Amino acid sequence: MADNPQSPPLRGRPLSPHLSIYKWPITMATSITHRATGVAISMGIILVAWGLLALASGPELYQPFIAAIASPVGLVILAGFLWSLIYHFLNGIRHLAWDLGYGFEVSTASRSGVTVIALSVLLALAVLGYAWWALHGGVRR
Amino acid sequence: MSLETPLHRVQGLGSAHSGVRHFWRERVTAAALIPLSAWFVVSVMFLVGQTEGEVAAYFQHPWNALLMALFVIVACVHMMLGLQVVIDDYVHRPGQRIVLLLFNRAFTWIVGGLSLVALLRLGVG
Repeated sequence: MADNPQSPPLRGRPLSPHLSIYKWPITMATSITHRATGVAISMGIILVAWGLLALASGPELYQPFIAAIASPVGLVILAGFLWSLIYHFLNGIRHLAWDLGYGFEVSTASRSGVTVIALSVLLALAVLGYAWWALHGGVRR
Repeated sequence: MSLETPLHRVQGLGSAHSGVRHFWRERVTAAALIPLSAWFVVSVMFLVGQTEGEVAAYFQHPWNALLMALFVIVACVHMMLGLQVVIDDYVHRPGQRIVLLLFNRAFTWIVGGLSLVALLRLGVG
């Protein structure tokens, strides 16, 4: 059999650089975050299905659902879901622009990446702030 | 001389038996999700702090029921396509990959199906 190229490692052979060796540019970070948030939203969609089912089933299932998402752990998950959704939404628009051929310049891609990160955090905080205001001290309908 | 049939050549499909359909479906659902997911987040914001009856009434309204159903369907298709790419990229053992790809399909149909059943039940009940 021919030499197995995987083993044993030969001394002095050059290795191709792998992911861990690079300084992370902003585009790399936004790319993997797009993927991670996509997976996170896929888990979050369970909450949507649960909420709809609970709502359709009546108070005996709806109240536990509300109690679950209003618990400390639930609120953290909800905030993560919200930010993931907003990030994936904004960065997805960036991807669609790339698909149309816009924004490939390195400086432009970096700038749009920073914009997406900043805007996603700001929008998530705004939505959370609004929700808090609606629950406490907001106008009661 | 090619041994390809004219039909096979014009279809432009290689040994994978599929072309750019996955890519296109991902983009089309993404574009559709721009208004749908914005509507969903704004709706949930509006519903925070409302009573169960008010929330139910909101999703019973025909327009909202339609938009919610569209959001669930398009989001599920987009999710299935996206998760499929993640599995294809990171899971290299064929057995594991096939199991996960099937699980991905099952997960999508169950989550989407349950949501639509709930919406129907809400609308009818």
